[in-house]
Amino acid sequence: MATTLEQPTTSLPGAASEAGETAARERVARILAPTAIALLVLIAWEALVRLQEIPHYILPAPSLVARELVDSWPILWPSLLITVQIATLALLAAVVGGVGLALLCSISKWIELSLFPYAVVLQVTPVVSIAPLILIYVDEPLTAVVLCAWIVAFFPILSNTMLGLASADHNLRDLFELYGAKRWQQLLLLRLPTALPYFLGGLRIAGGLSLIGAVVAEYVAGTAGTGTGLAFRVLEAQYRLNIPRMFAGLFLLAMTGVAIYLLFSALSWLLLHRWHESALGRER
Amino acid sequence: MSLALARAPITATDRARGRAADGPLVRLEAVGKTFANGTVALEGLDLAIGRHEFVSLLGPSGCGKSTALRLIAGLARPTRGRIRFEERLERGDVGFVFQEPTLMPWATVHENVRLPLRLQRIARRTAEAPVREALAMVGLAEFADAYPRELSGGMKMRVSIARALVTRPALLLMDEPFAALDEITRLKLNDDLLALWRAQSWTVVFVTHSVYESVYLSTRIVVMAARPGRIVADIPIDAPWPRDENFRTSDLYNTLCREVSAALRRAMAS
Repeated sequence: MATTLEQPTTSLPGAASEAGETAARERVARILAPTAIALLVLIAWEALVRLQEIPHYILPAPSLVARELVDSWPILWPSLLITVQIATLALLAAVVGGVGLALLCSISKWIELSLFPYAVVLQVTPVVSIAPLILIYVDEPLTAVVLCAWIVAFFPILSNTMLGLASADHNLRDLFELYGAKRWQQLLLLRLPTALPYFLGGLRIAGGLSLIGAVVAEYVAGTAGTGTGLAFRVLEAQYRLNIPRMFAGLFLLAMTGVAIYLLFSALSWLLLHRWHESALGRER
Repeated sequence: MSLALARAPITATDRARGRAADGPLVRLEAVGKTFANGTVALEGLDLAIGRHEFVSLLGPSGCGKSTALRLIAGLARPTRGRIRFEERLERGDVGFVFQEPTLMPWATVHENVRLPLRLQRIARRTAEAPVREALAMVGLAEFADAYPRELSGGMKMRVSIARALVTRPALLLMDEPFAALDEITRLKLNDDLLALWRAQSWTVVFVTHSVYESVYLSTRIVVMAARPGRIVADIPIDAPWPRDENFRTSDLYNTLCREVSAALRRAMAS
């Protein structure tokens, strides 16, 4: 909490607990409100399917999807693990590649000038159109799929980290120069901490994108790919007109995306909450 | 590692004698600075700053007073002329205080103040005592573990000053350090700065655009004019010490302010 230490805290005894209550109520609302919406939609959906007697191969009722989720869990869960593994590998590679290239660019203007345009080209070319080529040239299916996911996830980390590394306060830079800081000291003590919030922002975007990249790559790869990821299971369910399983697979993918987002939000908060504006609560 | 930790405190009489006997600490000789875009920031600047002086550079914006300060700090190079120091200054012999507190938001107050020592590769344990001492000097001893976010504007500026003092500089350069603060905080920090300056052995060059502030603080005011930046008046302020609220309301203070204001008006008319 950002309180000014110089001001004595002479708030009324009731005011603090009142503020605390408001905060607690907001936290509860943050969970209750979306849950209520989800319940309403699910009930409406279930009612629609039952009243209109819509066949399950067109639109399955939520209850059916839930049952399918439980029934085919032995198939879906291992597949989910594989998709998560692909996304994780791609994200790790994106962090190493993105931060590495950003550091190189910050060290040498020439490297930035010569390589950055290609990073942009890689970013703006749709991965769906590159994926088939990658699958042709890379023999090992897992590597090919990870490479596709990497292409999608790597750019936000690169561009955000580059922006962060270049954003160091000018006066602080002068101060470092005044005290004769070496290049590595400036990098370690000034540029990297400045870049951290930018990097974490990029990481949050890249986390979701790595999952999307993994799914797209699996779709394109189809049976030529690993043939066991969750996206492949969804595709397979479509061929077999097993619509409830398609929904179950989609549900798992969406939840995984949310989990990744929450994970990186928590990491961001953990690293920034003592000092960065983005992670600070506002006193009103 | 020539951190002059053992520099003896110098008394007022020593200071007076020192000023008479020694040559100036810094001498600017026909210094000119032209920026890459062709702007002539400074032209023909001659200025000698003696030991233990408190010199204010006063002038309208664009008169090059901040540029002069950066040149003295070695943060920029003069295009013409040269800057000579009486003795070779080591890293840390010059402290710089910016208009903004310029603290690292991700580091605690203690870590911020330790920065100059850290950059000189001084061990954490060795740095402990000077950091504590610097924080005590600005009255922030209890706030060592706070983050800049948690401090008020005036307290941040105190941290910034503590950081500049931690290396025990011979020369303290201050670039409108209190311009962004409210009146009450500014007056308080003015008094604290004066008390520190009188107790310690450093020389201060203080950039400001406030006539009242400069008269209150300085032993000498250098008035500058713009386009191109140059010195138009050099006014000694021989008011007695200590200076306090009585001085601020005295006739002498008013007279000096009027004199300096007149010089500043002439500078802006020229």
